[in-house]
Amino acid sequence: MATGKHLSAGSDASTGRSGGENRSGGKKQIHLAAHFPGVNNTTVWADPRSRSQIDFSSFEHLARTAERGKFDFFFLAEGLRLREHKGRVHDLDVVGRPESLTLLNALSAVTDWLGLAATVNATFNEPYEIARRFASLDHLSGGRAAWNVVTSPDAFTGENFRRGGYLDRAQRYTRAAEFLSTTRELWDSWPEGETPKPVVHHGRHFSVEGRFGVPRSPQGHPVVIQAGDSGEGREFAASAADVVFTRHGTLEAGRAFYADVKGRLARHGREPDDLKIMPGVTVVLGDTAAEAQEKAAGIRQRQVSPQNAIVALEQVWGRDLSAYDPDGPLPDIDPDPESALVQGRVDIANAREIAARWRALSEAKGLSIRQTVIESTGRQSFVGTPDAVAAELDTFVQSDAADGFVLVPHLTPGGLDDFVDQVVPLLQERGVYRTEYTGTTLRSHLGLRQPVWKG
Amino acid sequence: MPAPPVRSPVHLAASLDGGGHYEAGHFTALARLAEQGTLDFVTLGDSFTRPGLDALSVLARLAPATQRIGLVPVVNTTHTEPFHVSSAVATLDWVSRGRAGWSPEVSTTETEARLFGRRPAARSSEVWHEAREVADVAAKLWDSWEDDAEIRDEATGRFVDRDKLHHVDFAGRAFSVRGPAIVPRPPQGHPVTVIDATAADPRAAAVRHADVALLRTQDPFAARTAREELLDRARAHGRDPERLRVLGSIPVALETTADAVELAGLIGAWHDERAVDGFHLRLADPERDLALIVKATVPVLQHRCLLRRFYPGATLREHLGLARPVNQYATAGGVRHGHG
Repeated sequence: MATGKHLSAGSDASTGRSGGENRSGGKKQIHLAAHFPGVNNTTVWADPRSRSQIDFSSFEHLARTAERGKFDFFFLAEGLRLREHKGRVHDLDVVGRPESLTLLNALSAVTDWLGLAATVNATFNEPYEIARRFASLDHLSGGRAAWNVVTSPDAFTGENFRRGGYLDRAQRYTRAAEFLSTTRELWDSWPEGETPKPVVHHGRHFSVEGRFGVPRSPQGHPVVIQAGDSGEGREFAASAADVVFTRHGTLEAGRAFYADVKGRLARHGREPDDLKIMPGVTVVLGDTAAEAQEKAAGIRQRQVSPQNAIVALEQVWGRDLSAYDPDGPLPDIDPDPESALVQGRVDIANAREIAARWRALSEAKGLSIRQTVIESTGRQSFVGTPDAVAAELDTFVQSDAADGFVLVPHLTPGGLDDFVDQVVPLLQERGVYRTEYTGTTLRSHLGLRQPVWKG
Repeated sequence: MPAPPVRSPVHLAASLDGGGHYEAGHFTALARLAEQGTLDFVTLGDSFTRPGLDALSVLARLAPATQRIGLVPVVNTTHTEPFHVSSAVATLDWVSRGRAGWSPEVSTTETEARLFGRRPAARSSEVWHEAREVADVAAKLWDSWEDDAEIRDEATGRFVDRDKLHHVDFAGRAFSVRGPAIVPRPPQGHPVTVIDATAADPRAAAVRHADVALLRTQDPFAARTAREELLDRARAHGRDPERLRVLGSIPVALETTADAVELAGLIGAWHDERAVDGFHLRLADPERDLALIVKATVPVLQHRCLLRRFYPGATLREHLGLARPVNQYATAGGVRHGHG
């Protein structure tokens, strides 16, 4: 059976690392990605500038903006079951999205350089088909494909699929690791200019025998992204991923995560530059610091509507709180931690603890339900003038809290227009961001070495 | 009741299959050529064992590079997830702004089964029964969002009207799907379903689910009989036979302009016999054959008023003269869509 090991270290000369050491004049170069606005309340739809979440023109707009800003890649999330709340489809947030790989193949026709990253669940797919679809995207895009490997914990999502069911946490990662290594065996099995070699894989989770139908693609292996944050998730990333998409938005948390994950690489025969750490972040710009803060507060108001505030509360309390006034005080009853009221969304651990924290905040500052939710959830990561934001992003990267950022805009599709027009030139002036693409593949944008041939 | 008469113009489609191509440019050039010839759609075959790229991915890549041509990939229903299949085909319709079709196909070989290791190879009748279920659930998932489900109502804070989103609760022999879809209802309502109805098992699927049935035959009289039988059986399943197009699927290899003119003559003769609604041309060498067809076959057919000179519509359904399906879950003014 194959192991999770894939990219063995080799000398730069023999493996053709293209981004050098990713440094210029001693400074680390920043990597940027554009996240298409998601189906959650980060995305503000009640704004006159908000456009369709499904028309191709919206995807084209954001992708072209990202390419104008010389971003490394464009990122699509995935959800395989519509969120439900209290047994009904959740109706307050943007909902509805395309199938990622089909959409990215279309986007490859209207972009020339931009990497194209699809989130695809390893739980509800089979390695042969996924290997083939990503190899196809890599060929059709000329070497720009990336796969964000996720696993799904829940039987709720499984109700849409043949295999259904639930996998416990440990199984999820061993299955994902074997899924990925099997996929890489397939990608390696057809050397250019030769005939495909038969793959024989008999593992704990998968059995794949036969010849792969797609010759080795331009990147050899499409870039692999991983987003888990648990111990197992970090170990999986250190063993097998090229990019980690994290949630650590503060400098201190970012540095701790960065040191921990980079520190795990050597055990897998990998070097620090072989894995890029990119937190998902939000940015609000203003002409002055005060204006930016005011805009940020306005966005938070729109993200947390009165109805959304009650839903956020119900997700912690696990109770029907629809009778409560969003502008009134928090409930004095305790959460029901066993409740199955909320589905299709990340489980909230330690409901009692969160509820206690929210109550304390509400009492200390005299905040209503809605104000408490606004204060406690999803505040923007970088708020300020373009100069200040550019400096802060740079500090994050130079002090090893990140190698770059996945920018999550709150507006579809123009949410990164200002960033690209106002912040990117300042990063370029600081000498920490490319002014032109220097390679054609996503691997080369990210400064990743070519995968070692395992055929 | 007699079968609906074949009509003018003739519907034309062409296959882009031909081995050894892995670059977008090759397929883009072919699709643009077919579009120049005002063909209804192009097809791309697929199987997990044939060397080549995923067909649906290739046609998605072509969507922004073309304006009007319909895009119909073969999609395997045996080793794939019905939910993913439905989402991918719906997305192809979104990225092409209403030009998507799909051609469900099955796998009966051990060679393909071993690539997945999930189930042994099964008989044609069994996997085609499953393909029918996949076509059925795909249509249900496409309908699981009503067209006006998205409301963006600021007063109530609601983005969607959840009364217009539907669980499909499909339970088949081998799989079940809860729904609703993650993709909103595609522009065409249902992307066009194309099934090669030559063999008995897929024919049983075609009479229930196909918008376009293909018949492999070289005899116009046999084709006419087969077409009438298909339309009768569709009617027996409660369908309106006006909503099924039958195309003769014929192998084509052209060497010269004279061959291409001769092809126009053959198409005209079949049309005179009222044999089929059009043709799916299976090209031996798409680059060579399609160039000759556009240069010589198409102008002759246009001169005889058997082929359109431009695309009057934007969607593949409009090219085929097929109405946009009523939503089977629509709460207001809806008639249940009559698939058996």
